[in-house]
Amino acid sequence: MIRDPSDLQRYTASERANHWVVGICFILLGLSGLALFHPALFPLTYLFGGGTWTRILHPFIGVVMMLFFVVMFFRFQHLNRMTDTDWQWVRRAREMVNGDDHNMPIQGKYNGGQKLLFWFLALAMVVLFASGIVIWRAYFSAYFGIGTIRLAALLHAGFATLMIIAIIVHVYAAIWVRGTIRAMLYGTVTRAWAKQHHRAWYRQMTGK
Amino acid sequence: MALQSLDIAKRSATTTEPPQARKTPQVAKLIDVSQCIGCKACQVACMQWNDLRDEVGNCAGTYDNPRDLTDQSWTVMRYAEVETDRGLEWLIRKDGCMHCEDPGCLKACPSPGAIVKYSNGIVDFHQENCIGCGYCVTGCPFNVPRISKKDSKAYKCTLCSDRVAVGLEPACVKVCPTGCISFGSKEDMQERADERVAELKERGFTNAGLYDPAGVGGTHVMYVLHHADKPGLYSGLPADPAISPTVSLWKGVTKPLAMAGIAAAALGGLFHYVMKGPNDVSKEIEAEVDKELEGEK
Repeated sequence: MIRDPSDLQRYTASERANHWVVGICFILLGLSGLALFHPALFPLTYLFGGGTWTRILHPFIGVVMMLFFVVMFFRFQHLNRMTDTDWQWVRRAREMVNGDDHNMPIQGKYNGGQKLLFWFLALAMVVLFASGIVIWRAYFSAYFGIGTIRLAALLHAGFATLMIIAIIVHVYAAIWVRGTIRAMLYGTVTRAWAKQHHRAWYRQMTGK
Repeated sequence: MALQSLDIAKRSATTTEPPQARKTPQVAKLIDVSQCIGCKACQVACMQWNDLRDEVGNCAGTYDNPRDLTDQSWTVMRYAEVETDRGLEWLIRKDGCMHCEDPGCLKACPSPGAIVKYSNGIVDFHQENCIGCGYCVTGCPFNVPRISKKDSKAYKCTLCSDRVAVGLEPACVKVCPTGCISFGSKEDMQERADERVAELKERGFTNAGLYDPAGVGGTHVMYVLHHADKPGLYSGLPADPAISPTVSLWKGVTKPLAMAGIAAAALGGLFHYVMKGPNDVSKEIEAEVDKELEGEK
């Protein structure tokens, strides 16, 4: 469906679908993981059919997320290489958060913050997947020593927390920068949005 | 299956105080390793009382059978042939849950009420609340809990909490033919151990002593060892067991810190939006883009 022929295509249908599979997995993993992490949140297990079902389902959802994340990683990694301009952007990010983006360097499809988030999420996924395998009692824990299992449990909890915080920032940024969420819903953004926030990409797309 | 005759002093994944108006004496089982003849009557009694039947295993060249604790074998005899300054010694230790005063399994368990410590000190698993995650195995400093392959629940010695609740001694104590295992209040057992240790010292075991490790707050299963200076001789009994610092970190400060971090991120977002307003496209740029599009036409 084309809303406005002058809109710019930011994501293909398949990229959007991929992102949403990963997003849904993240939400399910976050809820089930937090349920097993803090006693106050244990009632979240009811969303998954009880404690035992939560324990059974969580790692399988994790595997699905990892598979789709890997695909997404290879789709977007070439667009997320950090450049000098990106580091400049990161150094000035505080000004922008405070409401003044006049001095922000011109950005391509992704700004420095988005790129750093991308690499952090990739790292977190690797750590969470590896440590998750180690603490997957039903199939894999028997192959690891107790010290490794204990460390994996701690890393899993720690990186999951950092990832949840990172995703809150990711989602909030999309809400805060108006006109962004539609890029992940139907794939397009307005030209003005692109020129305002990602001018180098705007130029590349429009030749202006 | 909380035993109504036993109050619960500690409950897994529970942050509020348990009921504690009634006081119960602390109990303990004392295993005098120096009197054990390795007959395995305790293993048999444990199977019989708890309705457990392990698979018939293979002989691996030692008397250890089964070779390790399982969901069906909550206690096993471990036989160690060691050279000491007294020559070759056969050290036989009845292994099983030590019923720590500060239980690592209970600390690690994420499921409310799956692991409890009764007010008398017995640590018990309530399988109907167990979700099968195996965190108890991760938390235990003695490598005791075992997850059943059949039902994925965790099992271990209950110190016959069902028998103790009605004033009986544990099944293994009842059946021990040499009087090597005794059961009573922790105080009485410590006294008995002191007497026995003095006897052993008189007989030349100068390093005899009581194994009641302080690192886990003491245990409700204690050993009299002839070589208390080297617990490792007894098939790897840990010298100074304690809840691993990694587990303490994971189950301690990480939890409030993580909750605070997540809450701060969410609230930070909300208040940022409310105080700074959304990041809209500026009117100037909208006008610029409109002009560019006009030009195209």
